[in-house]
Amino acid sequence: MTDIFYTYLLPTAIIAGKSLFLIVLLLVSVAFLLLADRKIWAAVQMRKGPNVVGAFGLLQSFADLLKFVLKETIIPSGADKVVFLLAPLVTTVLAISAWVVIPFDNNLVLADINIGVLYILAISSLGVYGIIMGGWASNSKYPFLGALRSAAQMVSYEVSIGFVIITVVLLAGSLNLTDIVNSQSGDLGMLNWYCFGLFPMFVIFFISALAETNRPPFDLPEAESELVAGFMVEYSATPYLMFMLGEYVSIVLMCSFGSILFLGGWLAPFPFLDFIPGFIWFALKTCLLFFMFAMVKAIVPRYRYDQLMRLGWKVFLPLSLLMVVLTSSYLVLINHFSNNL
Amino acid sequence: MKKINYFFKGFFLIEFVAAFILAMKYFFRPKATINYPFEKGALSPRFRGEHALRRYPNGEERCIGCKLCEAVCPAQAITIEVGPRHDDGTRRTTRYDIDMVKCIYCGYCQEACPVDAIVEGPNFEFATETREELFYDKAKLLSNGDRWEHAISKNIEKDSSYR
Repeated sequence: MTDIFYTYLLPTAIIAGKSLFLIVLLLVSVAFLLLADRKIWAAVQMRKGPNVVGAFGLLQSFADLLKFVLKETIIPSGADKVVFLLAPLVTTVLAISAWVVIPFDNNLVLADINIGVLYILAISSLGVYGIIMGGWASNSKYPFLGALRSAAQMVSYEVSIGFVIITVVLLAGSLNLTDIVNSQSGDLGMLNWYCFGLFPMFVIFFISALAETNRPPFDLPEAESELVAGFMVEYSATPYLMFMLGEYVSIVLMCSFGSILFLGGWLAPFPFLDFIPGFIWFALKTCLLFFMFAMVKAIVPRYRYDQLMRLGWKVFLPLSLLMVVLTSSYLVLINHFSNNL
Repeated sequence: MKKINYFFKGFFLIEFVAAFILAMKYFFRPKATINYPFEKGALSPRFRGEHALRRYPNGEERCIGCKLCEAVCPAQAITIEVGPRHDDGTRRTTRYDIDMVKCIYCGYCQEACPVDAIVEGPNFEFATETREELFYDKAKLLSNGDRWEHAISKNIEKDSSYR
């Protein structure tokens, strides 16, 4: 009996506890980042943003959460009930589950698997299913159009994001996120980070991440001036909350993914700042990227659908492909692979 | 040359960087927001808000039932019925209703009124929970007048030099 306890039950309980802690931490930080998003957007427009609930409006997200939970969930009579309610669940669960491979610090990661990059790519590609299911199950015009747009958009930007990641993986020589961060460490401090050597790729990654997470200026799936709210039109109360939550969790995921790939994850920008714990650097870098996400929302108007497709297929795809070729030829030139082959 | 210029402008995201810098300038500017329920913006003395029926200082109601406001009302929101008052036989309204849902707050009624009886006061916070509460009758309008008389008479005085 004790055997079973120590070999199976206890480790399972520990992993479950860790996951729960991660989820709670994630959701609380998302609540504050959501507020930050609104505040930044407001500041650019010379508004104050939410400032009534709690000091500086800090509790606004929690008030919103309460409101969403307490409202009535309306299911349209024409909707497919099971799929309709499954869709937001799928979106949220997938968005949260991608976080297990994100290293917050050296060895501070829930699942240190050696194909972390592939895992994140796979999970974030699956995220589109939640949106398609939601749009289809609503059995209504606007959600359906929004879901169609979203599917096309996510698929086309996944391609360029894949190539961007390939260049980083080529340089790092590993698909493990911890190894990718460690390969950016060196005596030069922040100059070793990939965002300088691979600056064009960093820009492409950032813009593709915007498209991937349906953020403005690529928020065509929910373009409120055309599609009211896109695939979320028929949703209300808790299911709507879960869609929003999934969306923001995946935005923060993309920010942290970007900071791992290009901004050196938990590494300090200068060697003499090493005494500050790594997860603080990681959080700071993620927040920096999130700030950029929020600023883009404030300053760039929405793209037209054909412009979006043109940017994805005719600009980013050739550009990232070219960079993959250039990077790999550079690596061959300096005999990067000689000891491995 | 123009095409090349255009290409490089797009390629190096020059306009986006410029927009970012501009946005950061606005980011630190003083905010234009008014904390509405706690602080309110300034109102002109000519502000046309909630209606009120005024009284003379001796307590006599001003309205003489001439029905000019009813006639001029473009939304036909005002309904008036007139009759002699039973104690002294003066011409008074027996009914003075304003449908605040129909009203477009144009202010023609107060312009038409020969005795400054019907006025649009400075109050704009009269939202109600039911539609029925917005069908104002004479009692409601007179009580509005009593409640806002101070502010209304001040506003009329301030605006009098422009009339």
